[in-house]
Amino acid sequence: MASAENAARGEGRKHETAAASPLFGSCPIPIFEHKQIVLGHGSGGKLTAELIEKIFLPAFHNPTLDKLDDQAIVTLNGARLAFTTDSFVVTPIFFPGGDIGRLAVHGTVNDLAMSGARPLYLAAAFILEEGLPVDDLRRVVESMRAAAEDAGVQFVTGDTKVVNRGKGDKIFITTTGIGAVERDVNISANRARPGDKIILSGTIGDHGIAIMSQRENLEFEGPIESDCASLHGLVAAMLDTPADGTANFVHCLRDPTRGGTATTLNEIAKASDVGMFLYENRIPVRESVRGACEVLGLDPLYVANEGKLLAVVAPEVAEAVLEQMREHALGKDSAIIGEVVADHPGMVLMKTGIGGTRVLDVMFGEQLPRIC
Amino acid sequence: MKYLDEYRDGDVAARIVAGMRRIQTRPWVLMEVCGGQTHSIVKNGIDHLLPQGVELVHGPGCPVCVTPLEMIDKAHAIARRQDVIFCSFGDMLRVPGSDGDLFTIKSQGGDVRIVYSPLDCLKIARANPDKQVVFFAIGFETTAPANAMLAWRAREEQVNNVSLLVSHVLVPPALVAILQSPDNRVQGFLGPGHVCAVMGYSEYDPISARFHVPIVVTGFEPIDILHGVLMTLQQLEDGRATVENQYSRILDRAGNLPAQKLIGKVFEVTDRKWRGIGSIPQSGYRLRAEFARYDAENIFDVAEIATLEPEICISGEILRGIKKPHDCPAFGTQCSPQHPMGATMVSAEGACAAYYAYGRHLSPQGIDMLHRIAPASSAAPVHVESR
Repeated sequence: MASAENAARGEGRKHETAAASPLFGSCPIPIFEHKQIVLGHGSGGKLTAELIEKIFLPAFHNPTLDKLDDQAIVTLNGARLAFTTDSFVVTPIFFPGGDIGRLAVHGTVNDLAMSGARPLYLAAAFILEEGLPVDDLRRVVESMRAAAEDAGVQFVTGDTKVVNRGKGDKIFITTTGIGAVERDVNISANRARPGDKIILSGTIGDHGIAIMSQRENLEFEGPIESDCASLHGLVAAMLDTPADGTANFVHCLRDPTRGGTATTLNEIAKASDVGMFLYENRIPVRESVRGACEVLGLDPLYVANEGKLLAVVAPEVAEAVLEQMREHALGKDSAIIGEVVADHPGMVLMKTGIGGTRVLDVMFGEQLPRIC
Repeated sequence: MKYLDEYRDGDVAARIVAGMRRIQTRPWVLMEVCGGQTHSIVKNGIDHLLPQGVELVHGPGCPVCVTPLEMIDKAHAIARRQDVIFCSFGDMLRVPGSDGDLFTIKSQGGDVRIVYSPLDCLKIARANPDKQVVFFAIGFETTAPANAMLAWRAREEQVNNVSLLVSHVLVPPALVAILQSPDNRVQGFLGPGHVCAVMGYSEYDPISARFHVPIVVTGFEPIDILHGVLMTLQQLEDGRATVENQYSRILDRAGNLPAQKLIGKVFEVTDRKWRGIGSIPQSGYRLRAEFARYDAENIFDVAEIATLEPEICISGEILRGIKKPHDCPAFGTQCSPQHPMGATMVSAEGACAAYYAYGRHLSPQGIDMLHRIAPASSAAPVHVESR
């Protein structure tokens, strides 16, 4: 996400402004800083990165946090633990293919799994809005129970708060998770190397479009269901790939949630200071999701997923890892969608379906429907 | 996907490009007029496929980009009011006015909503009888029928708490302005497919004849655009200049007559300011006097709002394909995607934003590298926010 490079850029900009301003005087348009939080700050794109860089990192920074992975790896008495937390505020709370409770389990389990850890324990904090039907809460909690059981994790602690009607939105859930990194792996966004292959575990955009079509009351032929799922089993299958002695062959793992596939790959490219080259033809997108994106004016590469992962893998074992993934129920549509290159560090380029080349940038704020 | 995949076929694309190579004898500068075409070109990397010497410059056909700052400030003044629900197409929300954008206003408590259809405003107005529902009616001829329908139905159905802030613009006067400009480089146009689906294309005949310039009305899929380029090149190489229709599966010469009739009943032609270009006579629509009670500029006290464009910003010249982002002294210093001064910095695919993201570390000599990644022709897209 944010990186040393970003910080360096900020410095550079300040310097340039200082140099340029005497020449051109003050700008007739007040250049605005966001004085208030806007929704885009939560979109997982550039604005989110800016908050992390300018507010959170200066206050909290330490070597573990500064890596800006989706989870922290801490060592306690020789044991490596993965530790993460995530809040869930999705609306509507029930949607095709899942609900906020299921998402709260899968999201945190996946953040742990992306380090190669075995997820163990979860904590849950609930913020409930006055007036929430108890039956809705029961439904959400039952779905959390089922998802946790499925993922082999236990809720071992929690907290509940209630806020006045209108001060929340039905239910917010924060889940925190701990997992054990038992394998000899070293997975981090900064480990991509030129030559590595980029693997995607299945179709993109399903979750975001399921939510959006529910929100906008859009009906398509057949419902589009969220892909939300716990991915630690798939990750274990990948790490079990017979690798002929190649150690640590999975270099980076991320689940492309907010900001979508394009934003996640940009984060890895920046953290590793490498370029990426993708092939649009190889990126699986469901027909129904493509159709919905055409109608809504959105790009599936920037739409959120909740049950997919992106892996950057050493080239010599990439095919074998892909085979393993395809054997797994959550990875049967996996595909090698591109490779890491030394050229254009920090940038993601894509060969389009028609044979052109396109730059895929980070999402700025919210994805906005276009007028034309 | 049926009816789309056929127009995104790489083999067909390669054949069309080979056709261009066969006929091209010299460099040509073409302009795609419509923001939707620009978007498709950038999204599909079409500019990278064209033979060397075929340059696409991006026209003023992005309604978001050309909406003048003054109108955006008026919209913001209205959206800030407690008694207003302000409705807009999505990509207007991030366009900066003098003080923030609609997202900022929303974060400060303004009720700002994205609608997909102007007619959604009727529903919102009925559900909120104690509020004024204002729709930001921007766009070219393409959005005019739906926007006109909002005013028409509001009157028919006596929904009196709905109004329109109108900033409609028209394509033909903009083409004339570009062709009359002393520094014009454009030798042929890809005409705006969706505009012509509404208006037909007979009004382009006099422009083509007067300036001896080919105009090929073109669609939006990659194959449409490549085909449009090929047809334009063919005319240029033949020394012809007429209006042709590449997008015949959608439109004909007459256009959509019922839509034109509705536009005529609700709107009348007026002078309009264009962001970065200035005032163009008879280049837009305003509501007719019969619809004055649905005109937000009459209902709210915004007539006094007058804003000057920042002198330093050259987005107008970029919009006309005359200058490149790094020619601008504010580029990367006072102006950045986080703090855009002009329309071309707003969109992730806008010329300035693209240069900012991928080329600002480069010296002018190093710009070759940038062109390899995002050639000059692709570097002036005018579309504001697509993703």
